[in-house]
Amino acid sequence: MTTVPPLLSLRSVYRTYRTDGLAVTAVRDVSFDIRRGEILAVMGPSGSGKSTLMNMIGLLDVPTEGSIWLEGVDIAELSENRRSELRARSIGFVFQSYNLLARHNAVENVALPLVYCGVGRKERTVLAEQSLEAVGMLHRARHYPRQLSGGEQQRIAIARALIASPLIVLADEPTGALDSRTGAEIVALLCSLNGAGQTVVMITHDPGVAAQCKRTIRLHDGQVVADEMPISALPRKVAAL
Amino acid sequence: MTVVQSFQIALHALRLNPLRSFLTILGIVIGVASIVTVFAIGAGAQVRLQEQIRSIGANVLMITPGAIHQGGVRLKEGTKLTMTEGDVQAILEQIPEVQAAAGSIAGTAQVIHESKNWNTTINGTTMAHFMVRDWQLSSGRFFSATEEAGAAKVVVLGSTVAQELFPPGEDPIGAQIRIMKVPLEVVGVLDRKGPAQDDVAFVPLTTAKLRFLGSASGINRDSIAYILAKVAADGQMAGARSEIEGLLRQRHRIPPGQEDDFKVQDPAAAMEAQQGAIRTVALLLVAIASVSLLVGGISIMNVMIVSVTERTRELGIRRALGGKMRDIQLQFLCEALVLCLVGGAIGIVGGITLSITVARMAGWITAIDVEAIGLAVAFSVATGLVFGFYPAHKASKLSPIEALRAE
Repeated sequence: MTTVPPLLSLRSVYRTYRTDGLAVTAVRDVSFDIRRGEILAVMGPSGSGKSTLMNMIGLLDVPTEGSIWLEGVDIAELSENRRSELRARSIGFVFQSYNLLARHNAVENVALPLVYCGVGRKERTVLAEQSLEAVGMLHRARHYPRQLSGGEQQRIAIARALIASPLIVLADEPTGALDSRTGAEIVALLCSLNGAGQTVVMITHDPGVAAQCKRTIRLHDGQVVADEMPISALPRKVAAL
Repeated sequence: MTVVQSFQIALHALRLNPLRSFLTILGIVIGVASIVTVFAIGAGAQVRLQEQIRSIGANVLMITPGAIHQGGVRLKEGTKLTMTEGDVQAILEQIPEVQAAAGSIAGTAQVIHESKNWNTTINGTTMAHFMVRDWQLSSGRFFSATEEAGAAKVVVLGSTVAQELFPPGEDPIGAQIRIMKVPLEVVGVLDRKGPAQDDVAFVPLTTAKLRFLGSASGINRDSIAYILAKVAADGQMAGARSEIEGLLRQRHRIPPGQEDDFKVQDPAAAMEAQQGAIRTVALLLVAIASVSLLVGGISIMNVMIVSVTERTRELGIRRALGGKMRDIQLQFLCEALVLCLVGGAIGIVGGITLSITVARMAGWITAIDVEAIGLAVAFSVATGLVFGFYPAHKASKLSPIEALRAE
């Protein structure tokens, strides 16, 4: 299709947890590529291995078997420190429960990843304000999370995810804690970022959210059961499920 | 992430919970304040002692009357003045190590100048007294030989007495003062030597005997209350001492086996021994204060461990957003360090305030030395590092995935 190498490649990825001698394989034999500028949804019921997969794509975890390549680098080969550095620069996390630091205002929250990139305070503030403007939240810059609605908090979380110009924005159930209208706005925001060229990966169990993405990967029992374009984007094709 | 950034994060976190932060550092505050106070008071006591040692003069032996027997009854030391001017003369002439010797008689009396009066020690002595004690004049002169021989009505005032009797700016030299109704001319004022030493008025020995203290000196008109003898060098003190003892036993006709009726003392050595004792007590107090510092450190560790648990999710977020294990460790270590340094700073201020207050109230001298403050700061930093290390290590070891899942 294209000669550009994929941004992220998963090849026969397994992730097995061992607790009290009991081995549970949360992800088994998963292989797919994420290309630059893509927007894709990872769907599946709870326990299907979505979170485990997200942790690995987000460099928080490494596969037990198989390999994950980010821009041609095998993440399992990297040290814990190196992966932390890469997280700060390459991954923009958006969480279901926003995960803003309650004791810091919006600007400080948005600037947080830059602290770990060694950016000075003044420059951090300037960049954070730019990022807040991009998600339409500049007027809330000095507000604390508890003073903001869920939708506003999630926008701030998205501003934080964007601040270091990451390779991938990784959103884990970004609408899970929001009402459907606000959720739709957040998804629209993520889609518009994608429209501007940002690679976005959404983990969701909401088919409505997945329908907004050009590509959906369905997981079941830790395995990929479908890797499909939505009906609107492709000629009609029989779904596997 | 830089250390400066870690300190900023730490400060931010501590400011959010001022009451808790304050309670946490209380142990450190108390510990450091105690150490600074103890050091200040201890150092003050040393300064005071050194001043006293200096005021006596270097290499001085003091000979005072000892216990005497009178018809089988053993009387209190100093009851009878057993020494005479002849003894002074003999010590000076027969013992080569002794450079100067002066006999004194002393009593207290009211000194009066115009409308002012003051109660002080009247010391009747000779010129040699000032030489023995290396005592300089601030104005005027000492007694002349003629005045000593002729029991002249002259007086040399200690600086405290001069200050009490004469208003500032008035020159006491040449003024007339009265002691026990006897008018005397002030011929000299002495330099300062220390509060305990300066409250005195010196008159010639002859004058004292003839005009006021004579009746108090008892049986022998020749007798004196004590002798000060200056020895040429520090190494000759012990030798001079035993020679004086031998000489006086011989002159006082004390048969072998019977107790001396005099005592030869080395006041500087006695005070140095006292100084050693003060140092021991001060060290003991510092040890106790260190326990408070230890308890303070434990309380910091305890709060930090609770804080790590409380902030697990924050740590997860920080890790996910790119915080390295080292960054998290540094953040908590900085928090402990900031706590201890702030505690140390408050403790130093508190300690200085406390020692000044104690000094005012008890009339002690305190000396706040930079060394003690440096030590307190070093102690605080060490406490922060030691007791902050474990919580910081624990925090850095949290798995970011687990931490993000925490409530």
